[in-house]
Amino acid sequence: MKATVTDKRKLQLLAVISLALIALYVLVGLNADNWRYALSLRLPKTLAIILTGAAIAYSTTVFQTITVNRVLTPSIMGLDALYLFTQTVLVFFFGSRSVLFQTAHINFFLSVGLMMVSASVLYRFLFGGESRDIYFSLLVGVILGTLLQSAASFLRMVMDPNEFLILQGRMFASFNNVNTALLLPAAVVVIPILLAGKGNLALLDVLALGREQAINLGVDYERNVRRLLTTVVVFVSAATGLVGPITFLGLLTANLARELIRSYQHRYLLTASILIGIITLVGGQFVVERLFNFAAPLSVFINLGGGVYFVYLLLRGSQS
Amino acid sequence: MIELRQVVKRYGDVNVVDHVSLAIPRGKITSLIGPNGAGKSTLLGVMSRLIKKDGGEVYIDGQELSQWDHCLLSQRVSILRQQNHVDLKLTVRELVSFGRFPYARGSLQKHDWELVDQALEYLKLTDMQDKYIQHLSGGQRQRAFLAMVIAQDTDYILLDEPLNNLDMQHAVEIMRILRSLVNVLGKTIVIVLHDINFASCYSDYIVAMREGRVVQEGDQDLMMNAQVLKNIYNLDFAITEINEQKICVYY
Repeated sequence: MKATVTDKRKLQLLAVISLALIALYVLVGLNADNWRYALSLRLPKTLAIILTGAAIAYSTTVFQTITVNRVLTPSIMGLDALYLFTQTVLVFFFGSRSVLFQTAHINFFLSVGLMMVSASVLYRFLFGGESRDIYFSLLVGVILGTLLQSAASFLRMVMDPNEFLILQGRMFASFNNVNTALLLPAAVVVIPILLAGKGNLALLDVLALGREQAINLGVDYERNVRRLLTTVVVFVSAATGLVGPITFLGLLTANLARELIRSYQHRYLLTASILIGIITLVGGQFVVERLFNFAAPLSVFINLGGGVYFVYLLLRGSQS
Repeated sequence: MIELRQVVKRYGDVNVVDHVSLAIPRGKITSLIGPNGAGKSTLLGVMSRLIKKDGGEVYIDGQELSQWDHCLLSQRVSILRQQNHVDLKLTVRELVSFGRFPYARGSLQKHDWELVDQALEYLKLTDMQDKYIQHLSGGQRQRAFLAMVIAQDTDYILLDEPLNNLDMQHAVEIMRILRSLVNVLGKTIVIVLHDINFASCYSDYIVAMREGRVVQEGDQDLMMNAQVLKNIYNLDFAITEINEQKICVYY
């Protein structure tokens, strides 16, 4: 049981680093004059970052376990594409000043609702017939995603350039204009599910063995996968609504956690993944804000880092 | 007892399993034999609820599959299929401990670990229990999965071609272990086999399938008959007795 001891050490270390970075991000540059104002900006932002990091890390790790595939993220179900499509359609047909686009709550619940509906349609494909395995439904997701992307980019081509500029703000994940109005609804959705997730840990360990072993070991496979996928969709939707499309981060955190942690157990994997998510985002945001003076959005760095790591994973996978 | 009534499984328009009725005798090794595509593996998959049937009923100890609680059923029936590729950092011991999941739900007690140790012992894996399963040879991995099924401690054990990819030594070793599971612990084993001579030497009961139907079934002694086998495989068989075992030659 030596492995679990070192794993615990690693988790403690990750927790310390996350706390240190959060403290650094919140506290650096405060003085007696500005602290009230600065904190009123930084605290919601920090909270949003932590929520997003946790939601994305959790959902990607769970998604990879369900699909038994380490190079997938939930974005393969076309959720990001759907989000962008929704925003584009709203601006195109109703204008950027419509309540549907401007009012944070309405927009959030509209986007989240649509993502949930589309995911439940995907489940139908997933469990509609015997021969359709999980990869079939993922393929449907990929195709739908591409279709939505093309449709959205067509609409953007013919759109009023001014409207397009406003829309563009929604197209990239950004922590500089976090939708603070959404913090509460997102927190209410994410935190209870995360806490309740404790009961899933042993189940996830078994699901990682694959469908047949899970069924053999007495897991009600379809019900549990459907339930967990719903959680994944809710988390992705909440994170996307909060800061924009950022699921690529999940690939990074989930895989780094799997590299770092020696155990197969999700109690370690999930915690590590969430902490790495927080470290990446808070650390990255600190660098972007204070060192680069907002010269580039964090998502650019995340996508760059994630992309390089993805290629590395593929290359290594093809060797073994 | 496992009992099948008019079980049907369709892929497209083809009945892969075509109205099969069968009763698996308790406390014995039953071999499913037959040519490729006869529906043996599919039938085993239906029996173990891995594959949904399109018609008919499967009764386990008098209760239909759909009526069983998932967890309780996994304490009665276990299944091991052919491909067991797991891309996880798992040691042999950890893999075997998964066999206790139906009972312990992830928090194993002393009694569970005892059964894990026993299963490891049984398959002579104690020495390599801390090795990662990716680092094992095909035969060793097969044994590790078998140990997991044994730790699951079910009355019925269903095995789909467990001798695939095994050399003669390990194949014989596995069959001897299965034999002792039946003789000593009173388990009921259903096994899909391709090598008829293994079926002849180690099973009590043989069910022969062809084109989705059961062509013939009976005690091992009766089934090892040139006419019966010719009927199943379309080949001429010569059967001789060596050391009181019926061995057939068909090359």
